[in-house]
Amino acid sequence: MMTLLKIIKYQLHDLLRGKWFIIYTAVFFLLTDGLFRFGGDPGQVSLSLMNVVLFIIPLVSIVFGTMFFYNSREFMELLLSQPISRISLYLGLYLGLALPLSAVYLIGVGVPFMYHAGIQTGSYWILLLVGVSLTWVFTALAFLIAVMSEQRVKGVGMTIVLWLFFAILYDGIILFILFALEDYPLEKLTLILSLFNPIDLGRILMLLQFDIAALMGYTGALFSKFYGNMFGSAVAVFALWTWCAIPVWLGYRAFSKKDF
Amino acid sequence: MINIKGLKKRFGRLEVLKELDAQIQENTITAIVGHNGSGKTTLIKCLLGLDKYDGGDINIKDFKLNGDWNYRSQIGYMPQVARFPENLTASEVITMISDLRIGSSTQAEELISYFRLVDEMEKPLKTLSGGTRQKVNAIVALMFNPDILILDEPTAGLDPVSSSLLKDKIQAEKASGKTVIITSHIMSEIQELADTILYLLDGKIFFDGPVNELIAQTGEKNLERAIAKMMS
Repeated sequence: MMTLLKIIKYQLHDLLRGKWFIIYTAVFFLLTDGLFRFGGDPGQVSLSLMNVVLFIIPLVSIVFGTMFFYNSREFMELLLSQPISRISLYLGLYLGLALPLSAVYLIGVGVPFMYHAGIQTGSYWILLLVGVSLTWVFTALAFLIAVMSEQRVKGVGMTIVLWLFFAILYDGIILFILFALEDYPLEKLTLILSLFNPIDLGRILMLLQFDIAALMGYTGALFSKFYGNMFGSAVAVFALWTWCAIPVWLGYRAFSKKDF
Repeated sequence: MINIKGLKKRFGRLEVLKELDAQIQENTITAIVGHNGSGKTTLIKCLLGLDKYDGGDINIKDFKLNGDWNYRSQIGYMPQVARFPENLTASEVITMISDLRIGSSTQAEELISYFRLVDEMEKPLKTLSGGTRQKVNAIVALMFNPDILILDEPTAGLDPVSSSLLKDKIQAEKASGKTVIITSHIMSEIQELADTILYLLDGKIFFDGPVNELIAQTGEKNLERAIAKMMS
């Protein structure tokens, strides 16, 4: 446990030297602040930020996560010849990236919110929750890909394909299925399919908060019926965190068998 | 001390170690030799748990390797190519490792002056030359006073002065009761340092015995010739 905390400490130390983090914070900060200055009320600002959060956070987390893992190769080789377990090293690297990435997001979005609108309820918290959850999910996926693939170029390529799949292609596939099977009742199927895409889960959680689920038509009404109540939201949050836990576990399993 | 039985390791289709058996005695310097790609480094990495082997057993002292990692506190490892987090300075690396291994005493200061590295400690590692990095590497391996030292081509890239400093250090470690495992391609160096030789060929031990015995057996005047004769 102590070792884990120390590894996180050294990762933080190393990361904070890079300019990445300053840029990442600045982007969120300026964007949120700008949206407020252009006269949005907190609800509108959250809604505009939603689209950024749903695309940018997964992309940055997954690409930066893989690159970070490849760049830590030397650190891993050095530590693994010391009396340190692979589990503390893997979790240390993971937490050492996921924690600062989430902190940076919380600061970048949270601080402008605080001074423009005070502490808000509802959509604002969901926005923060979804952003943090997506950071953890996509960092976990990034590590999984980096452990499985020795070649950097292939690994980074795979992360972009995976991001495209979740961010864009998946919805297309769902639409195609719905269209192809339009003669059948599809409510349950759609609900289930939405669980298999973390970005969709985030989007649903947020849209329901904005009370515009009706715009999504028939399935929207269904989502709102299911996800809108406490139980439905709990299922969505649980599914999101399962999306984090399973890749972390698979990644660790591959890492524990890896040759260095 | 170290007992290896039926060790198997393959990388994809390439079988590197084929049921290798070997024993390494306490308080000796054992040299592992063999041509490039004969599995020397793989064997060492199996001992350290860096490579996961596919079959066989390794016992170090009374401990059977099974994925538990505590035994590594008794091993100092100097890899072939020193790989460090590039942004750190040498002294940061040493502080970090001391910090991560709680309760181990360190003799880093003494080693830094022994290897004449005092002036290089505060520079980022990426700016240091290969030989200097190799010396930092040696300090990391030696500083916890481990019972077992595993040195993978330790003198590669060192200048003659540093190289003899390191060789003196290795002999001093043996004199103080340590067990040393070393690989090298420089036969004169092995003849100078090693008591026992493990000759790896095609993933198995081809010869295992004292260096003198090998030379005497072949009737040649030095180790290099002896090995050349044995191979022909």
